[in-house]
Amino acid sequence: MAISREEVQKVALLGRLLLDPQEVDIMTTQLGRVLDYMALLREVDTEGVQPMAHAVEMANVFREDRAEPSLSRELALANAPHRDEECYRVPAVLGEV
Amino acid sequence: MTDLLEHTAAELLELLNSGQVRAVELVQACLDQIARWDGLVGAFLQVGAEAALAQAAQIDRRRQVGEPVGPLAGLPVAIKDNLCTLNVPTTCASRMLADFRPPYDATVVQRLKQADAILLGRTNMDEFAMGGSTETSAFQKTRNPWDFERIPGGSSGGSAACVAARMTPLSVGTDTGGSIRQPAALCGVVGLKPTYGRVSRYGLVAFASSLDQIGPLARTVEDAALLLEVLAGHDPKDSTSVPRPVPPYSKTVGEKLQGLRIGVVPEHYTEGLDEEVAQAVQEAVRVYRSLGATIREVHLPHSKYAVAAYYIIAPSEASSNLARYDGVHFGYRTPEQAMRAQLEAEEALLRRTGNQTALEELDTPLVRMFRQTRSEGFGAEVKRRIMLGTYALSAGYYEAYYLKALKVRRLIRQDFDQAFQEVDVILGPVTPSPAFRLGEKIDDPLAMYLFDLYTVVTNLAGICGVSIPCGFSRLGLPIGLHLQAPAFEEDRLLRAAAMFQQATDWRRRPPLEKLVARRP
Repeated sequence: MAISREEVQKVALLGRLLLDPQEVDIMTTQLGRVLDYMALLREVDTEGVQPMAHAVEMANVFREDRAEPSLSRELALANAPHRDEECYRVPAVLGEV
Repeated sequence: MTDLLEHTAAELLELLNSGQVRAVELVQACLDQIARWDGLVGAFLQVGAEAALAQAAQIDRRRQVGEPVGPLAGLPVAIKDNLCTLNVPTTCASRMLADFRPPYDATVVQRLKQADAILLGRTNMDEFAMGGSTETSAFQKTRNPWDFERIPGGSSGGSAACVAARMTPLSVGTDTGGSIRQPAALCGVVGLKPTYGRVSRYGLVAFASSLDQIGPLARTVEDAALLLEVLAGHDPKDSTSVPRPVPPYSKTVGEKLQGLRIGVVPEHYTEGLDEEVAQAVQEAVRVYRSLGATIREVHLPHSKYAVAAYYIIAPSEASSNLARYDGVHFGYRTPEQAMRAQLEAEEALLRRTGNQTALEELDTPLVRMFRQTRSEGFGAEVKRRIMLGTYALSAGYYEAYYLKALKVRRLIRQDFDQAFQEVDVILGPVTPSPAFRLGEKIDDPLAMYLFDLYTVVTNLAGICGVSIPCGFSRLGLPIGLHLQAPAFEEDRLLRAAAMFQQATDWRRRPPLEKLVARRP
């Protein structure tokens, strides 16, 4: 098996997911099968091959450093699930509220 | 009204321009067809009837008084639900975005509005475009208009099904690994994935940013050309869109290519390929030969690694792109009181049992909010991709998986570069078989992924590809022909495809009435 239950739980934390025990079981089996299949790539000789991260490989694209119209604060906050007049609201990062 | 819906977009445009048909009539005919059939087909997540009729009436008035109108004036277009549209719910078929109303238009939506196209409604899709059957939609199933027990393909399943079922002449889809071409093939319509950089991705909800492209679905190649011409073009808001002029595709699409060299790939004809699909594709080769094309064998030796490379690269990019769904800025958020109560109960339990390690590792309220929000907002396939991508990018596995896949991607691209020195287009199957049954592969992710083997290469290589109808199976299911051309050779691709469509008769109407009669 290419991946263990413990690894699945660790990756779930890294990916900010919360899996119940049954989901961990299913994920372990399914990811294991998919990762086993990925082992196929090992037989390709990629010595000296440059990785290709993008389909169109171009240099950085810059524009003039000039202020352009942007979203208003109200529009930017409009879809927030929890907000006040000017900020997004989240559970306390440090200590209790 | 049935006859009106049978017309191609190009024909409808003539009828509209000459005043023989009003946009209001056309839109009403589409709405009637949707009302009659979409309860069964399930192609649309939302239909904007009132707004569409109002827009149509306005275009009719403008035409009447001789005001100039845009190149698609009065033509209904359905939009995949991952393209941001100002103030219109853009859900990506996910609970995560069920109530999301974008504060801006995607560039393609803006272009369609400027072209005076009528935005008819939003089409169903696999959640966040992850899937090949539209079954991962959080909201509804879409059925194949040729057989209601089968999938329409995906992820742009709604966009393909509504065009096939004559609910609209045109629709827009997105293609990250085949999501336009595959459903087009399975529903018997035309679907084109443009070259990466040809169409602006601004306002497309990102899945895998180095692979995603937006493109047209239609019933004829000519109509796909018409729509692509409006969608394509450089956009300062997408730095990966390429500043090249857009050729007048719709003007040249009917011109035959002289001395066309077509490549066939022996690697395509592997064990997994359905016999009827193989036969239809071989028949297409004969058609091209009869049209004067020369057929040459070319090799794509790294194609067999494409699915493995793709299902590392695409989920890796997805895991990064989907990090933004954190319950803070927009989208779903878990009910906070219940979440806190649960977390406090867990903490109390750990204190009672004196489990110090687990206590130290317990989520902070903020992290738990992220995790719970994402676990409730995303469906199983999206979670699988996030897991796969996070794993492939994590310390210790990055080189073996992600970096390795990027190197294989380069080799796949080089295969194509070499092949295109000898041929103008490459011909093959779109899918290994016609549409499979609803539910058939949903519990077997690897089987679902392997269904993409012929289409993911196009995205990895960053070239363009089109699916056109080339036959039917004994069960009456459509079969698609795949043509691929080098980067930015959409003009060549469309003309080669149009030659085939003009020489064949595979543009047919799905037997919706019969299917209903046959239902238990």
